[in-house]
This record gives sequence, C-alpha cells and structure tokens, in this order.
Amino acid sequence: MSEAIIEAVAVEKSYPQPDGTRIQVVGTTNLAVETGKIVALLGPSGCGKSTLLRILTGLSQPSSGTLLWHGKPLDGQAPNVAIVFQSFALFPWLTVIQNVEAPLEAKGVPEVERRKRALRALDTVGLDGFETAYPKELSGGMKQRVGFARALVVEPEVLFMDEPFSALDVLTAENLRNELLELWLSKKMPTSAIFIVTHNIEEAVMLADRVMVLGRNPARVRSDFNVRLKHPRDRKSARFVELVDYIYKVMTEPDTEHTLPDAETTAEIILPTGGLAKDTFKKQEAPIRTARYQMLPHARVGGIAGLLELLRDRGGREDLFRLSEELVMDVEDLLPILEAGVLLGFALLKEGDVQITPKGIEFADADIQRRKVLFREAALEHITILKQIDSILKRKADHSINDEFFHDILDEHFAEDEVQRQFETALNWGRYAEIFDYDREKNLLIQTEPPPTPDAPVTTAAP
Amino acid sequence: MKKSISPRGFSAYRLWTQLPRLEISFLPDLLMFAAAMALFYGVLEVGRAWFGPFTPEVEISHSLWALPAYAGYSLLRIAIAYILSLAFTLVYGYIAAYNPKAERFMIPLLDVLQSIPVLSFLPGVMLAMVALFPGRQLGVEAGAILLIFTGQVWNMAFSFYASLKSIPKDMREAATIYRFSWWQRFVEMELPFAAIGLVWNSMMSVAGGWFFLMACEMFVLGSRDFRLPGLGSYLQTAASAGDTRSILWGIATMVAVIVLLDQLVWRPVIAWAEKFKVEQVESTDTPRSWVLNLFRHSPGLQRIRNRTVQPLREKLILFFARERKTDEVTQASPWKLWLTRALAVALLAGMGYAIVRVAMLLSGLHKADLQEAGLGLLATFFRVNLALLLGALWTIPVGVAIGFNPRMARIAQPLAQIAASVPATALFPVVLLLLIRVGGGLGLGSIALLLLGTQWYILFNVIAGAIAIPTDLKECCSVFRLEGIERWKKLILPGIFPYLVTGLVTASGGAWNASIVAEYFHFKGHIYTTTGLGATISQATDNGNFDLLLAATILMAATVVTVNRLVWRRLYALAETRYRLES
Repeated sequence: MSEAIIEAVAVEKSYPQPDGTRIQVVGTTNLAVETGKIVALLGPSGCGKSTLLRILTGLSQPSSGTLLWHGKPLDGQAPNVAIVFQSFALFPWLTVIQNVEAPLEAKGVPEVERRKRALRALDTVGLDGFETAYPKELSGGMKQRVGFARALVVEPEVLFMDEPFSALDVLTAENLRNELLELWLSKKMPTSAIFIVTHNIEEAVMLADRVMVLGRNPARVRSDFNVRLKHPRDRKSARFVELVDYIYKVMTEPDTEHTLPDAETTAEIILPTGGLAKDTFKKQEAPIRTARYQMLPHARVGGIAGLLELLRDRGGREDLFRLSEELVMDVEDLLPILEAGVLLGFALLKEGDVQITPKGIEFADADIQRRKVLFREAALEHITILKQIDSILKRKADHSINDEFFHDILDEHFAEDEVQRQFETALNWGRYAEIFDYDREKNLLIQTEPPPTPDAPVTTAAP
Repeated sequence: MKKSISPRGFSAYRLWTQLPRLEISFLPDLLMFAAAMALFYGVLEVGRAWFGPFTPEVEISHSLWALPAYAGYSLLRIAIAYILSLAFTLVYGYIAAYNPKAERFMIPLLDVLQSIPVLSFLPGVMLAMVALFPGRQLGVEAGAILLIFTGQVWNMAFSFYASLKSIPKDMREAATIYRFSWWQRFVEMELPFAAIGLVWNSMMSVAGGWFFLMACEMFVLGSRDFRLPGLGSYLQTAASAGDTRSILWGIATMVAVIVLLDQLVWRPVIAWAEKFKVEQVESTDTPRSWVLNLFRHSPGLQRIRNRTVQPLREKLILFFARERKTDEVTQASPWKLWLTRALAVALLAGMGYAIVRVAMLLSGLHKADLQEAGLGLLATFFRVNLALLLGALWTIPVGVAIGFNPRMARIAQPLAQIAASVPATALFPVVLLLLIRVGGGLGLGSIALLLLGTQWYILFNVIAGAIAIPTDLKECCSVFRLEGIERWKKLILPGIFPYLVTGLVTASGGAWNASIVAEYFHFKGHIYTTTGLGATISQATDNGNFDLLLAATILMAATVVTVNRLVWRRLYALAETRYRLES
C-alpha cells in the first residue's frame, strides 16, 4: 500500500445552532489520499462532500478529529495543495497569464522565473496563444483550462478538484476529462495525487483508482473501493457498466447490502455497503435515526409526474443507469426525483432498477385534477411535514399559521440553508396538493379548500 | 523628426503624410509634458497662498479674471477632500468587513454619520483646525477641506464595505489556497472587486462636494467671518451683492469645470473600470473614452509606467510574500491583545463622557429654542416630502416617456446629465431672484430649491427602470389591450418600482441635507429665512449658538435614520422581493 499524503482520522463537522444544539453535516469519516492515486468522492448534492474537501485542504477546520499531513498532525492550511473550482474562481480583471502567475507571486517567485513557469503550465493545458486574453473572452472549457494551469503551476503535492467539469457542457467536459487523464497517466502532471469531488458516477469510474461513495445528512462513507479496471476504460464494457450499476444501488438503497459479482477484476471493496461494519454502525446510529426528521428530496412535482409517465410507457420497470443515460441526466438531478417517487409510494427501488407501483400508474394515467387528489392523498399519508401542517391548519380557528413555526421545527434537524430548501420543497408540494396556500409577504400558510374528491371527473384508471 | 527634413526640402504634401504619425506618437507626450508643467506651477502658487499668514477675511474679487484661479482652488479642495475620503474609506471599510466585533457598531455609526448635515460639522471642524495651525491660512483651508470630506466620505465607505462583503466565496478560497499575502489579496482581489462601486460612488461624492462648496468656502461662525478664495465664495459674494452678471459667469465656470472633469477624469475612469466587471461574457456595449485612449497610446507614459509602477508593484508583491513567510511562525503577541482592549476601554470611556456632556448641554437649552427646533422639524419634514412628491409627479411620466422611446432616451439622457451636474446651490441665487420678483417668500421658495437639487435622482432612476421593463411584458400588455390607467397599474408602476425607490431614497437623503442651504440664505445683503430645521441649524452656526446647533443636528439625524428604518428600508425589501424582474 502506498504512502498516505493526507489522512483524515475520524473528522467531523458540525455547526452550532442558536438554541445550543449542533447540526452535523459531516459524520465521523476516515479518509486518505495516497501517492500515485486518483481518489474520487461521490455523493448526491448537498451531502457535504465539498465540506469534506475543504477540511482536507485545511480551508475549513473539522469540529473534531485530526488531519495528518505525511503522518504529522496539521493545524491550519495544508502546505502544498491546489484547488480547481467548479466556478473556475478566476480573477476577471487579470489576464490569463496574470491569473496563472498569481500563486507564484504569493510564493515570492521573481518575475522572470514566474513568467517562465506560468508559460510552461499554460503550454501543458494547451492554452499557449491566450496569455493576454481576459477570462471573459474565453469559453467555459478554456476558463477551466486556466483554472488547471493555475493549479498546476504551484506543483501541488495533491491536486484537489471540486466538481471541475460540472459547469461545462457534456462534450467539453468529456474532452477536458480525457486530456486530464492523459496528462496524469503520462506523468506530465507535477502532482503526486488527485482528489476529485463529483456527483457524476461515470466520471468517477472513468478517472479514479479509488472511489468513496458518500451518504447524506450527515455525510458519511457508504462504500469505499479500489477500482481495478485498466486504463483506458471503456464505458461500454460489461465491467464498467457493472460498477456504475453497483454505485447506483449504493446511492439509491443505502441500507441494504450490495455485492459486486466480479469483484476481483472490477473493484476491491475496502468498506462494504451500508457504511461502517454493520453492527457497530447500527448501534451508533440507531438512537439518532429514530429521532431524525424526514428529509424531503428536492424534486418538483412536474419532474415526479414526468418520471412516472416515462416508467408507465416503458412497462413499469427500468434500469437506473440506462434511465439516466437516456435522459442525459446526472444522478444528481435524477436521484431526488426517484427518492420523491419512492417517498410518496409511487415507485420502488429494486436492485438498481426503479419500478412503478399501482398508485404510481394511477397517478400517471390521471388528468390534472385527479392527479392533485392522488398527490394530496399520498402526501398526507407519507410526508411528515405536510401532515403536521395540515393538522395544525385544521385545528386553528383562522386556518392559518406563520411559517416561522415550521422553520423552527426544521431548524432542529437541518443546517441553515438546508432548512430553506426543505421548506421550499414542502411549499411546492403542499401548494400543488392544495393542502395550503402561502402568502410570501406575510409569511403565512393558509388552509385552502380541499379539491372536490368524489365528484371530480375521474378518468378510468388503467391497470 | 529627423526624417521630415529630407534633402528634397520642404513639401506640404510630405508634411501632410507625416502629420497623422506625429499625432499618434508625440502629441500625447507633449500634452502630458504640458500638463506636468501646469501642475508644477499650480503647486507653487497654492503653497505660497496656504503657508502664508492667516487672513480670515479675504476680499473675494468680482472680477471675471479671478474665476480661473478660484475654480482651481475649489477644484484642489475637492480633490484633496476626495483623496482623504478614499483613504478613510479603504481603512474603515476594511476593518468593518473583516472584524465582526467592530462591524457591529461601525456600520450603524456610518448610517448615523451619513444623516448628519455637513454644516453641523462646521463649527467643531473649523475651530479645531484653526487651533491646530494657528496664524496660518492652512488652518482654515484644512477646515474647509475636512468639511467637504464629511460630505463625501460616508457613501464611499459603505460601498467599499458592501463590496468586500460580497466577494464570492470561491474567489476568496482561491486566494487562501494559493496563499496570497494580504497585500496581494488587497490589490489583486479586494480593490479590483470593489472598483466599480467605488467609481460610481466617487462620482456621486464629488458631485456632493460641488453642492456644498458655497457653504464650505464662506461662512460666519459666531463673531468670526471666514472666507476662502474659490468658486463657492465667488458665487456667494456675487449673490450677496446681487451681481447677476457675476453669478451667471460663476455658474458658467462651474459647469465648464464639471464638464471638463467629466471628460478628463470620470469618463476615462469609467471606461478603465470596465475591466473590473465580474461577468462571464464580454458585454457588447462598453463605455469608451478618448482620454483613456490617449493615455494608453502615449509611449512616454508607457515608458514611465514600465520604469516606475511596474517595478514598484513587483517589489511590493515580493516583499509582502516574503514578509508573510516569516510572519507565519510568530503568534499574535499578548501585548497586542491588551492594547486593543485598552483602546476599546478608552473609546468607551470617551463616548460615555461625550454623552454626559451632550446631555448637560441639551438640558441647558431654552424652552423656546426647543420649541423652535420642534416646529422646524415639522416644517422641514413637510417640505422635504412635498418636494419628493412634486419631483416624483413630474419625473415619473417624463422618465417613462423617455425610457420607452429609445430615440428620445439617446437625446435626452446626456442633456439631463448635464442639467443634473450643475449643483443646485449654484442656481439658488437665480431662483431666489425670480422668486423675489414674483413675490413669494422663502417658505415656498425653499421647496423649489429642494426640488432643484433632488429631482434628478428620481428622473434618472425612473428612466433606467422604464428601460429595464422587458419588451415581452410591454407586448403582452398591447395584446391584452391594457391601456391608460390599467397599463400604469399593471405594468409600468410595478416595473419601475425598485428603481423609483432607489431614486426616492437618494433624493430624500439629499433633500434633508440640502434643507440647511435652502432654508437660510444670504442674498443682496439680506438674510432670507423660513421656519425649518435646516434654517435652525444654519442660524445656530451663524450665531455661534452651539447648544442649539447640537440639539437640532441630533434631531435631524434621528429623524432621517428613523425614516430610513421605518419607511425606506421596508420599501427596499419589497422592491427586492416582490417587484424584482427576474430573467
């Protein structure tokens, strides 16, 4: 086993709340970045993977646990790392070459030497000829090349990448990804390890020597394995597809155990699915689990309906990987919709497949009014916060309540910006289901008349 | 040059062909050289005047020949005040943005300071400065400059603070991960990010400087009469004497200076600041400036830049980069902590003492004075809001008409800009002349004066708002035949609402501040005055009644801050949420 450059031992991150409690965004996590490896951290959006990256670079301090740099504890910033940002984070008022030179200026490298090294870095990423351009004159792909050049010019021991290809279109991303891999494999990169955060499963399997799948709320490792596939990897090959499928299963059904049929040639499991060794994990998590509030996936009703219609037309069952390929949707975008469908009882997840339930078929077949009724029924049966809102509105004399109340409930369970997202999703669903209306100026939830259930023109529910 | 003397002798045609090249390469350098000479002469003259003995009552000449020199003096005062403002802005904004403890009281303090009218600072500032430089003209000059400073600085400081606060997280992280020294962070990230906001606020501040120039250059303080040579005092002297010809010449000079300033300073700066825009794609319509092009094409200037600015920049960057490396080892020393604590205690003690003194002063006030101030507050409040209402009434239809008609906008906007750039105070004498002829008193006249100073803010914002209403919404209204009042109610008023609020807020602040010059005026040897808080403040300054001045100032600041909190901030919030046009 190669030497670890950065090692995170039992790091955690939590934010104190005004009421004295703490909200955990990153659960106890062990992580290592080793020499000569590309490590990919995979996870759904908002799961805390960027926070983890910032802990590893020393930009953000863990609430507990230690960070080791070559085996020695590190407090403060890691000495020699670089980050490639999703948003590029270039300085728009500096030219391309000035942007690349800036980290060298910070190191106190004199002008002539600086220029030489910057030009070399630009040459590596194929940007010669653009030295005096300003970032706004460049396309997204070109901007990210500047981002890479700026990172490589400091010859970082570990190159961190925070969703580096997410802001680019599919083709540009593919192109840049391949070039990066080629540089890495031909050892033209002055860096000894790469740590990439991504929500794109294929990207992770394409690039990484080691993949860690992160679960959400709080973030913790669900699965951790070494990828044994040889470069260049063929995304159509059976083993590639198998591995992608496996990761889909881990991400969608985190609590069941999944196995890889051909583990020896595809991937070596370090940490089995279900997170840490099962019994210890259960013991630790159980008390918190029961107390945990239901988390809504951020899906729009229109998206859920679209997915159900598609499933119905496909005969009711579809492979997740194929679905995402066909819809050209990242797991990032697809997963919340799936989760919402499952939560509402309209769909089921089985073995990396998604299957529509009878209720789901009924919903997909219904007309606009009937759909509202079905959605309302499902929501009031399965969605905790909507149940709570409904019962309170019914009991109150004026049939309205300030949203502060629900913010307070959510505040106990989620971090600040997540509270806002949870509330927005609940609003979206509740308004669609006509459980309540919302007056944004007065911050008031108001009960609406329920849709006319029995007399509604019901289309004949197809089996 | 050698080449033009050819063996074949002089030829007009050859000269003609040489001319464009001459123009491109040498003209900028010649101009720069001339400018440098002029600057040198100016510094000499100013030095002689300022370090000369104290002459409190300079005779202000009526002669037209005095005008260029006076304009120069005024310009210099405004420029120095501006440089001071910029320095203050950078320090104050930086501390407020990065020290959460300091931020908690520095920002509300800024809010209060902003609402104190310039003239209220006058006695304190002036007496302190004269005491600091006894027997020299410098004292009075420094006082006037500081007064102009108090009228310019606050909005700049706030803009810088707000910019620092809104630097994107990723950009900050990039600077941290690549270990920028504080200096590099400052010159490569913070200053450029704040540049555009600073430029626009600088323009507003300098315009404010012109507005209060008359008040700052010539005033009576108790028994002492202070006069400084300058455009402001020229205009005021001419007004006191009722010399219409001089007034008009004075105004013309001021407009000329302002237009020149716009062409030679602000346009180039705006065009240059374009590169600091944080945008993903290059915009097609970018501001241009011939002066900036001249600067950029001057090889001499380029050479000077390469020999001075470049190496200096390099030295500083490297110096601070190395400095930081040694800095990392040393920890924050305990004596620093104790020093800050001691400083904080001293500050608090000072504040406590000041509050006690103020309370004692105020308790010693006469009842009649307080009554006058209270009545004045009501009158001024009424006047300010009436001026706003009148301003809105004419600017909304006109502004919308201009904004909806691109051809008209192209013609009207520059005209309106020139009209707005004339400081209203300079026009006061002319307006007063008319009013006196008509027979109205200053009671109504001051409303006209307030209007003169503040309507432009509303007009510009309404035009901008009308232009920003998307075409598809306008077309939608046409399709559904929404016309007349309905169209105003459904489309135009909601569409311009955020802009209108911005305009009204600025106008309201400006009107309160302007009331001190609009309600009390020396003209043709008379003092024209009307009931109002502004008049109370001006009069108290004139009579050296500092207790009343303090009371009236506190009253005005409190009112402005309260109105801001209760009315404008809420309307802002509404504009931000409900009336925002999202793309």
